[in-house]
Amino acid sequence: MTRHIRHAAVFSALLLAALLVNAARVQLVQAGSYDDSPANRRGSIARYAQPRGDILVGGTPVTGSRDTGEQLRYERTYQDGPLYAPVTGFASQVYGTTFLEHAGDGVLSGSDPMLAPFPLWNDVTHGRPPGGDVVTTLNRHAQWAAYEGLDGRKGAVAAVEPSTGRVLALVSSPSYDPGVLSGNGARAERAWARLNADPDKPMLNRAVRQTYPPGSTFKVVTAAAALDAGVVTDLDAPTDSPAPYRLPGTTTSLTNEGEGCEDASLREAFEWSCNTVFAKLGVDTGLAGMTRTARGFGFNDDAVRIPFGVAPSTFDTSLDRAQLALSSIGQYNTRATPLQMAMVAAAVADGGQVRTPYLVERTTRRGGATVATAGPRPSRRAMLPSTARRLRELMADVVREGTGTNAAIPGAVVGGKTGTAQHGLGNAGIPYAWFVSWAQGERDLEPKVAVAVVVEDGSARRGDITGGGMAAPIARAVMEAVLDS
Amino acid sequence: MTKAGVRAGTDTTVAAADAPAAMVGLPRRRGVELSLIVLAVLLSVYGYCAVGLARDGAVPPGAAGYGAGLGVLALLAHLAVRLRAPCADPLLLPVAVLLNGMGLVLIYRLDLETPGDRAAPTQLVWSTVGVALFIAVVTALRDHRVLQRYSYVCVVAALVLLTLPILFPAVNGARIWIRIAGFSIQPGEFAKVLLAVFFAAYLAANRTALTYAGRRIRRFSRMQLPTGRVLGPIVTIWLLSVGVLVLERDLGTSLLFFGLFVVMLYVATGRTGWIAVGLLLASLGAVAVGRLEPHVHSRVEDWLHPFASIEAGQGANQLAQSLFSFAAGGASGTGLGLGHSVLIGFAVKSDFILATAGEELGLAGLSALFLLYGLLVERGYRAGLSLRDPFGRLLAAGLASIVALQVFVIAGGVTGLIPLTGMAMPFLAQGGSSVVTNWAIVALLIRVSDSARRPYDARSAAAATEPSAHPATGPAAHTPAGPAAHTPGTSAARASSRAAGRGTPDEPVDTLVDKSPGRSR
Repeated sequence: MTRHIRHAAVFSALLLAALLVNAARVQLVQAGSYDDSPANRRGSIARYAQPRGDILVGGTPVTGSRDTGEQLRYERTYQDGPLYAPVTGFASQVYGTTFLEHAGDGVLSGSDPMLAPFPLWNDVTHGRPPGGDVVTTLNRHAQWAAYEGLDGRKGAVAAVEPSTGRVLALVSSPSYDPGVLSGNGARAERAWARLNADPDKPMLNRAVRQTYPPGSTFKVVTAAAALDAGVVTDLDAPTDSPAPYRLPGTTTSLTNEGEGCEDASLREAFEWSCNTVFAKLGVDTGLAGMTRTARGFGFNDDAVRIPFGVAPSTFDTSLDRAQLALSSIGQYNTRATPLQMAMVAAAVADGGQVRTPYLVERTTRRGGATVATAGPRPSRRAMLPSTARRLRELMADVVREGTGTNAAIPGAVVGGKTGTAQHGLGNAGIPYAWFVSWAQGERDLEPKVAVAVVVEDGSARRGDITGGGMAAPIARAVMEAVLDS
Repeated sequence: MTKAGVRAGTDTTVAAADAPAAMVGLPRRRGVELSLIVLAVLLSVYGYCAVGLARDGAVPPGAAGYGAGLGVLALLAHLAVRLRAPCADPLLLPVAVLLNGMGLVLIYRLDLETPGDRAAPTQLVWSTVGVALFIAVVTALRDHRVLQRYSYVCVVAALVLLTLPILFPAVNGARIWIRIAGFSIQPGEFAKVLLAVFFAAYLAANRTALTYAGRRIRRFSRMQLPTGRVLGPIVTIWLLSVGVLVLERDLGTSLLFFGLFVVMLYVATGRTGWIAVGLLLASLGAVAVGRLEPHVHSRVEDWLHPFASIEAGQGANQLAQSLFSFAAGGASGTGLGLGHSVLIGFAVKSDFILATAGEELGLAGLSALFLLYGLLVERGYRAGLSLRDPFGRLLAAGLASIVALQVFVIAGGVTGLIPLTGMAMPFLAQGGSSVVTNWAIVALLIRVSDSARRPYDARSAAAATEPSAHPATGPAAHTPAGPAAHTPGTSAARASSRAAGRGTPDEPVDTLVDKSPGRSR
């Protein structure tokens, strides 16, 4: 019997070994795939178990967290939600995250390995450090000025610091409060349905995710290309351009809004936004020159991240001469985001250099210790410094005595360019009012801010919709806010 | 020297001459037991505090009371062992205390997630009942062989207990509960101990016949008729039990009874042929049940494809949630109170309690728990090996097998090793009947290990001595436990006096014991 009891004991030992081996299989070998299963709620629970880090504007958070006491415990709250929505995006327990909430999610949720004091620390402790903060480059006053300036009209504003590429303002209107999407209840569901059904598309980030025909503001690019290519050497020399201008190879004639564009000098043409002159300049410069310069400004670059993705602005690179003529005045297939046009103005203000725009100054641990900083960003030359100098002169003239006088700020040097972009089939749509500009304060050594404003919906009378009338005052308010702060 | 001592001394002359060293017996190690119990209680209190610290950042207010309650229970149990089973294995009781304490911690921890359903206080009450039964068994049952006399009472009681729930309404698809005055009891739990006693007694009594018949068959013919005659009654009882359980849809317990029967039959006879036949029949039965019974069929499907419901878009089922829990624990666990095993939902405190252990204590803690069970089982088998009477040996092996099989079936089920069958993890899971039964099992193991570790002379005397009308004056009255026990004379006196007070007729048993290789030979 002893032998048989021993056998029974060995059998039990085998059962024990099987249990131990199987436990190791489940807990170690297959743990990863089990953890990643979409039905496993532990990831979400851990994610929402602690308050999310904050997004900071001007040193103070524009976000917050609310303890619901539920399984997914902390929900996102927003201060001035509609104002910062194009920057923060939303952090919803159902619909995920967008914009900075998405791009900075690792830091904000605490899962970024950089937040841990030592490598693999989180794996050992099974915990995650408290969520860190994302410090933005936004200027609180500029943001507010832009939002107030748009005043609920459809449109967008982007402002950058020319010398660095820091994004100072990013506003899209109409906006929405991302806080309504935070929870996972029926309320968030209803808000989601309502926002998506809204014909005004309040969740569309018009400043970086929507491209518009830039219209006359694109003439800055065309002028830079013409100057760089040597097509124009003297700003005040006649350009030998007819008005109206018959598009090459077609019977279509291009006209101007105002008079006096025939054979105008570049200075006059820029000041009064002569379509005929710039169409001809574009054709004279040639497709290669125009493409090179447009690329230099950032067109056709689909990899711009600030850190969330920016819709690529486009300049068509396979055009006949008539199309090139239209493209050179910001029509045809030429499209740009407001941020791209702010970069164009910034390049002029910064001596021809285009700084990669960025929105996150640094990320910190809870408590403020820096995890990562923006650091030096690549910049590239869009035009010769001499060209930039001459363009600054031209843009300053526009504000001083041309179409952009509404943007003038007493005591500051302001350069601008208006635009009234036609769009729609047969130009049936209401034109977009554009204004791009930069400003340098009295005591500043260099321009402090470059802005692009686009207003989509116009007033009743079509003739009133001009960049100078509608968009320039908004740009001025934003520039003033930056210069004053 | 008492009169009994003198008498015993003459009886044990041969044994003393054969193995004088064994006169001393194994050290009693009661102090070791006490230290381990203190350690077990402290570990449990530590776990209780860890839960509170993790959840609220403070030691839970009931920590002192909890520790005191568990400590008092453990100390009372220890006193009972010290007074009534002084030679018992010192590891059995601490392991039981630790497992029960950890079970209470885990249930308390899960209670925090389900504020409307507090199970820990009830479990503590049942643990108290269990320890009381433990003390009663250790105190009242002076010799395990007494149980042999009651084997038929046991089997009748077991069958009655098994059939009783049929009269009561089904709960969650199984008719295994009876509800009286707000308490629900699972009689099948008690029945398994009674059945083990019966199997042990029957197999021990008929072992010679079985062995003899077996040999004859092999030598002369292939016929198994004599064997069948001896085997008939016990197979009938077994089939009855399993049949009733299948009717009640308690498949875990029927699997356990099957395993118990096969193991004990093998231990008693050593005939692998019967095991093969039993396995064959069981496989046929399992396939039939798996095909025909939708409940079982779905369990098997779940086991084969635990994530099928996720792929079908219906979310994770219980087994998948359980696997998620174990996976989340990893090697070192999330820490007590910090896991999310409550996502398993229904039965998280009972059948799936191990998932909480796996998630919050990790593979390390889970392995420790498995090894604790392994220790309990090993100590049971060891007591069986050391004993000399077949009934005791079979009983010890049977009880150890119950624990081993039950742990394997439920732990294998929740970790996806075998199809899931509803059963309670011994000591750990919520469930009064289970806790009480397991304390009874440990009490019986304590009793048999006490006999097994008794000094050799006394054991031999106990085995050889006829039951006497000698009034049981109580061994404690003659020999207080203490260092004196280490001197051979006193030891013999004490042991023989005890032997005189009890014992059962075991003539055929004794001859068999002499043939089998004993420890001292």
